[in-house]
Order: sequence, then C-alpha cells, then structure tokens
Amino acid sequence: MTFDQIIHKTNVWLADEFEVDESSLTPDANLKDALDLDSLDYVDIVAGIESIFGFKVKTEDFKSIVSLQDFYDFIAKRVGNAEPA
Amino acid sequence: MNRVVITGVGIYSCIGKNIDEVRQSLYQGRSGIIFDPVRKEMGFRSALIGMVDEPVLKGILDRRSRAGMAEEAEYAYLSTLEALKMAGIDQDFIDRNEIGILFGNDSSARATVETTDILRAKKDTTLIGSGYVFQSMNSTVTMNLATIFKLRGVNFSVSGACASGSHAIGLAYLLIKQGLQKHVICGGAQEVNPYTFASFDALGAFSVRENEPQKASRPFDRNRDGLVPSGGAATVILESYEEAVKRGATILGEIIGYGFSSNGDHISQPNVDGPVRSLQMAMRDAGIEVRDVDYINAHATSTPIGDANEAKAICSVFGERSLPVTSTKSMTGHECWMAGASEIVYSTLMMRDNFVAPNINLEHPDEDSAKLFIPDKTLERNIDVYLSNSFGFGGTNSSLIVKRV
Repeated sequence: MTFDQIIHKTNVWLADEFEVDESSLTPDANLKDALDLDSLDYVDIVAGIESIFGFKVKTEDFKSIVSLQDFYDFIAKRVGNAEPA
Repeated sequence: MNRVVITGVGIYSCIGKNIDEVRQSLYQGRSGIIFDPVRKEMGFRSALIGMVDEPVLKGILDRRSRAGMAEEAEYAYLSTLEALKMAGIDQDFIDRNEIGILFGNDSSARATVETTDILRAKKDTTLIGSGYVFQSMNSTVTMNLATIFKLRGVNFSVSGACASGSHAIGLAYLLIKQGLQKHVICGGAQEVNPYTFASFDALGAFSVRENEPQKASRPFDRNRDGLVPSGGAATVILESYEEAVKRGATILGEIIGYGFSSNGDHISQPNVDGPVRSLQMAMRDAGIEVRDVDYINAHATSTPIGDANEAKAICSVFGERSLPVTSTKSMTGHECWMAGASEIVYSTLMMRDNFVAPNINLEHPDEDSAKLFIPDKTLERNIDVYLSNSFGFGGTNSSLIVKRV
C-alpha cells in the first residue's frame, strides 16, 4: 500500500465514521479538533484501525499523534514503511 | 400530596409509529403481527412477532449520541419526542426545569450478544468499540435519553419483567405525588430482535399459529395457544397538576391509583391472589368504588393460565360482566417491558376519543372469560376512569388507574 493509498483509505474511513466532510481532513489539521474527538472516540479508532489496516494499537499510542499527518505516518509505519508515492 | 396528570403521550409500535396511526389501528382493530422467516431459520419454535422498523436516526442525532443507543433506546427517543411535543415541553423548558426520567426495560440482548461475538472472535476487549457498554445495559434507554435531552431530575430504569413499564409510571406518580419531582418522562421500551426472545421461545409459551399471524394473539379465547412477542416504545409525560395548569398544558388524564404486589409463588405461573391484591391496592389508593371504573385494559397475553387467572381476579374485585374488559395485546402482541406503558397510551387515547378498542380474535370465550364483558368489536363508550393491569415473571404485579380531568 502506498502512502497516498493510506491517506485515502484513512480519510474515507474517518469521514464516514465521524461524520465529517472529507475535505476538512488535511495533513496539517489537528486530529482531535478535526474529528471532534472525546475520550470514548479513541476506543473506536483503535477498533477501526484493526478492522481496516489489520493491526492492533493501544489508546496510549495516540499520545504522540497531534495532526492528521502524524496519524498517517503512524499507520504507514505499522503497515510496512509505506513512502509517499 | 400533589395530583399527578398526563400531559403527553408518544408511541412507536407494531400497530403504528405515532399516536395518529396507533389511534386508527386501535379503533379499527388492526393487528400488527407478522411471520418473520429469519426467526424460523434461526431455530425458533414460533416465528411470529409484532415487528417494528429500526429507525434511521443518522442526520437527526449526532454520532456520539447514537453510538450508545440500543434499538429500544432508539424507539424510546422517537416516542419521547412525540410525547414532549404533545405536552408542549421544549428544550428551553427542559433546560430551565428539573425534569426526570423513569423507563421500564428488562433486557438489551442484541448488544450483549454482539459484544460477546466480537470478544470471542478477536480475543481483545479493546476491539469491542465504545458504544456497546451503553447499549448492553438495561438502563440504555434512560442513560441515553437523559444525556440527549440533558435531563437533570430523577434518572433510572425499572426492571420488573412484563410489568416494567407500568411500575415506571407508578413510581413516577409516587415521586410527583410526594413533591419530589414536578415533571417526569416515563414509559417502557422493548427490543424486538430475535436474541431477546430466543430463551422465551424455548419455554414453548409463544403461539405457533404461523399460518394466521394476525389471528395468533387471541387473549381470553378458548383456542389460544400462547402469546406473540412484540416491542417498540411508549412514553408518558407526567407532571403535577399545579405545574401542568401553570404551563397551560392540555391534561389527558390524572393518575389516581397505583397498586402493586408480588405473588410469592411460582416464577412463571401466575396466580389469582397476587393480581387481586394489586387491584385492591390501586382501588384503595384511588379512593373510588368498583362502579366508578368504566374500562379495564387487561394484561391478558393469550396464555391459558394467565388469562384465566386474570379473569378470576377481575371478577373477584369487580364482579361478573360489570364493565368492558379488553386486551389490546390481541392487536399488538405482548410488548413485554413496554406493555405497561403502551397500554396506558392506548387506554388514554380511548378515553380521549370515547371508544373501547376491541379484543380481536375472541371467538369462543372459555369458562373464565365468559364471566367478563369482553367486546370483540369497537365500542363507542364514554370512559371517565380506566384501570390498566400489568403482570410479570417472578410474580410482579402492577395496576394503574387513570381518570378523565
């Protein structure tokens, strides 16, 4: 999976799950603000990552993730060092 | 002591998704029972059900509000919206006053089953997601509606088997009567998914008249062969008379009596003594005479022993053929946790519109039901006072009496 494919897949999922406009999901957007996340929502992100990308994470892993770019990088690293296309 | 009045009702049931539809069905004696092939494939002895559609709340409620709602909470959200609108209570009024909520609910099986399925498949609780904990608790209705409507009064659920909805209204009545609450949203809700009724089906208590679904629920009829499960939600807005008058609300009826008892007997077989004591307690609380009651909405679910024992109990307190008695379960099936509340809604509509809904499918009364006056056709009749019975497993009994104001 290329990095662009990861971005696309992530944005489609997040826009659907959190009912936000996909256009608002830009790399520099703040993840928490863009999705209006509360503490419960991170539980659903953990379940979503496992379902969509096939790997398990812990809610603690999100401590270092601030922007959408951080989130894409985090997923890319775990799915196999994907690089920007 | 405060007088306690009904100022709004709402309903989402198998005979209609709102008050107008339900009123029509009641008047016309229309059944809401269907054959559900899915249940047959799953191994149900009876595939009969009073089915309700699962509402689409996306676009109406935000994701977080919906995530924790089991289906019965969704039904209750819609019935509550309708009841609040009828009562003339908007969000601004709710924000300025201490409004309580008490709902009858005694299961949330689908969420529990799905949670277990995920856990068994994934072997990791973190993959269950955030919504199931709030869906799987019996208090799913009250916890969700209290959050959505931002209620700040009493807030809990009542689990009293098939009398849950009735007890919820009875408890709300007591709280308002005592002056502890001024306005309470109360009612009952019942899920309809197969998981919730599978173990009940196992008891062989459901009708298997699958070739005639609309004739399957036949309370008081000699040829009945069991109940038909059903579900949805019903909401009743209770307020102190003083507050309702102050708001200029339309008063649909006054709760004047609540009686309750426990059979102290078998877990599933009803008796006569328990219901008699519940009826007598409600009558004492209301301070009225037998002749003052114009209609009884019976609990009668279409099981031989339950119907017979209720008929005996009614005869014992009210005498033989003294007033119209019908079971609206002949049309709705048994709405279980919701039934005690929905039957207050049905009876209140009858009182408002001066009719007694028929006990459909009563073709051959048996020895006990022949002693009651059970109209099988719609009766044009003024109702000033009605009584509603609800009984449940474990021998829990509840009787409510409502008077026209």
